[in-house]
Amino acid sequence: MVRKIFRSPVMLIMPSILAIGFVIIIPLIFSFYTSFTSYKLTRPDSLFNFVGLRNYERLIDNAKFWYAFGRTILFLAVVLNLELLFGLGIALLINKITWGQRTLRTIMMFPMMFSPILVGFQWKYIFNDNIGLLNNFLYLFGYESAIPWLIDKYLAMGSIMVAEIWANTSIFAILLLAGLLGIPRDPIEAARVDGCNSWQVFKNITLPFLMPFVFIALTIRSLDVGRAYDIVHIMTGGGPAMRTELLWTMIARIGYKDANMGFANAMSYVSIILSIAFTYYFFTKLVAARRDLGQQ
Amino acid sequence: MKQIKKIGFWLLVLFLLILICLPGIWIFVSAFRPNPEILAKPANWIPDRWTLHQFTQMFSINGYVSVPAFKYLMNSVIISSVSTVIAITIGMMGGYAFARFNFKGKNKIFLSLMLARAVPGISLSLPLFILFAKLGIINTSFGVILVYVAMNVPFTIWLTDGFFRQIPKEMSEVARTDGCTRFQAFWNVELPLAGPGIGAAAIFAFLLSWNEYALASIITRTVHSKTLPIGMMDYLDEFTINWAGMCAIAVVMIIPALILTFIVQKHLVSGLTFGGVKG
Repeated sequence: MVRKIFRSPVMLIMPSILAIGFVIIIPLIFSFYTSFTSYKLTRPDSLFNFVGLRNYERLIDNAKFWYAFGRTILFLAVVLNLELLFGLGIALLINKITWGQRTLRTIMMFPMMFSPILVGFQWKYIFNDNIGLLNNFLYLFGYESAIPWLIDKYLAMGSIMVAEIWANTSIFAILLLAGLLGIPRDPIEAARVDGCNSWQVFKNITLPFLMPFVFIALTIRSLDVGRAYDIVHIMTGGGPAMRTELLWTMIARIGYKDANMGFANAMSYVSIILSIAFTYYFFTKLVAARRDLGQQ
Repeated sequence: MKQIKKIGFWLLVLFLLILICLPGIWIFVSAFRPNPEILAKPANWIPDRWTLHQFTQMFSINGYVSVPAFKYLMNSVIISSVSTVIAITIGMMGGYAFARFNFKGKNKIFLSLMLARAVPGISLSLPLFILFAKLGIINTSFGVILVYVAMNVPFTIWLTDGFFRQIPKEMSEVARTDGCTRFQAFWNVELPLAGPGIGAAAIFAFLLSWNEYALASIITRTVHSKTLPIGMMDYLDEFTINWAGMCAIAVVMIIPALILTFIVQKHLVSGLTFGGVKG
C-alpha cells in the first residue's frame, strides 16, 4: 500500500487536498450559497429563502460596512509597513553585533510565541486606564490624570496597532536577519573599494539581495492578517462606538450576535477576497524576486 | 566620538530588549502577586509577597474550581498534539511530492493550497459552525482537530518542500539503484536527513493549534472541548476582569510555547527562508 502511494505524486498530495477540501472548500461553497439567502440562525427554514443579490446590495449601501472596510485597509497598510520598517531596522542593528548575537536573536523571537489572544490581553492590561502599566509609568512623571487609551476614539486604534506591531515585527526581523547573514561579502567590499558610501552600498547591494526575504516575510505574514481579529476582539471588542471595528469583528458581531448569517457570509466573502488578494500579490512578487536573484 | 557612538548603539539595543521583554515579564510577575497589589500606584515591580493563589485555584488543589483550567489544558494538549501529528504526516507526504516529482499544474496546486490557508478564521467559522452542528461534531475535540489539521497542512507543505529540496536527489537515487523502493529510500535516507526541519514544521503546527482563537471560540462550546485560549475568556466578565487570574492562565499558556520554540528556532528560520528562496 505504502509503496504504491509513494510512486505517484497524486496519491501523496491527495490526503492534503481532502483535508483542505472538507474543512475549507466545502464550507466556503456552503457560505457562498448562504450569502444569497436570508439565512438567520434563529430561523432554520430561512436557509432556503433565496434572495438573490440582496445581501450584497445591502452591503454596498451600508455605510458602517464601508467604514470597517476602509479601517481594515488602513490598519493593514500602517501595521504592515511599520512592521517591515522596524523589522529591517532591528535586523540591521543585530547584524552589526558580533558578541551575543545568538542570544539576542532568541530573545527577539519572544513575541512570536505569544498567541494573538494573549497579546491582546497583555496590552489591554498595559493600556488599562486605571491599573495599566503605562498610566502607572506616566504617573511617576507627575502625569496624574489617567489617559483612557482604549476608550478614547483615536487612541484606541493606535493602541491596537501598537499591540499588533509588537507581536509581528519579530517575524520580519528574524527573516530579514537570515537574509542579511547570507549576503556574500565580496560585492560589498568591491563597492567600498570603488568609493561607495554606506547608503549606496545598502541601496544597491543589500536591498536588492534582501528583496526575496522581504516578500517571504510579507507572504507568511499575509497568511494570517485575519488573526488581528483576536487582538481587537479582546482589547476593545470593536468599540468605542465601533471606532475600532474591523471587517472581522463586524462579521462576528453580525453573524453571531445578530444571528444574521446570510448577511455576515456576504461580508465574509469580501474579507476572504481581501486576504487572498494580499497573499496572492506577495506570493507572485516573491516568485518574481526569486527569479531576478537567480539570474544574477 | 567613536565611544559615544558605541554607547548610543548599545543603549538602542537595550531599549529594544526592554520593549520586547517588558510586557511578558509584567504578565509573569502579576500572575504571582496578591490581588490588592494589582491596583498599586506606582507600579510595584517585585511583589512584596509571592503567592500561588491563582494557580492553586485554577488547578483546584483546594477543591474549589473557579475556572476549570486543568481541563482546558488537557484539551489543548490533546487537540494540539493529535492535530500536529496528523498534519505533519499528510503535509510531509505533500511536501515530498512537490519536492521530488514533476507533474501537471504543480505550481498552481501549490499556490491554491497556500491561498486556502489565507482564508481568515472568523470568515470560515460561520459555515463551519453550521456544518459541524449538522454533522453533530460541534463541541467535540474531533471537530477541532479536523479543522487544525486542514489549517496546518499548507504551511507544513511549504516548509517540508524546502527541506526535502535541500537533500541532493542523488542520495535517494543511489539507494534505489541498490534495490530500495522509493518508500524505503524515503524512510531510511531522506526522512532522517530532513528530520530537524520536519521537527521545526511540527512545532510551528503545534503552536498554531495551541494559540488559535477565532475558530475554536465558535466551534467549542463547553468545558468538554474548550482550549486554553478560549478558557482564558472565562476570566473576562462584562464589567470586571480578574487580572491576576488571566495573567496566571497566560503563564500556563506561554511556557510550553516558549520551550518548544527555543528547541527549534535555528531550523525554523532556515526552513522558512530556504523553502522560499530556492522553491
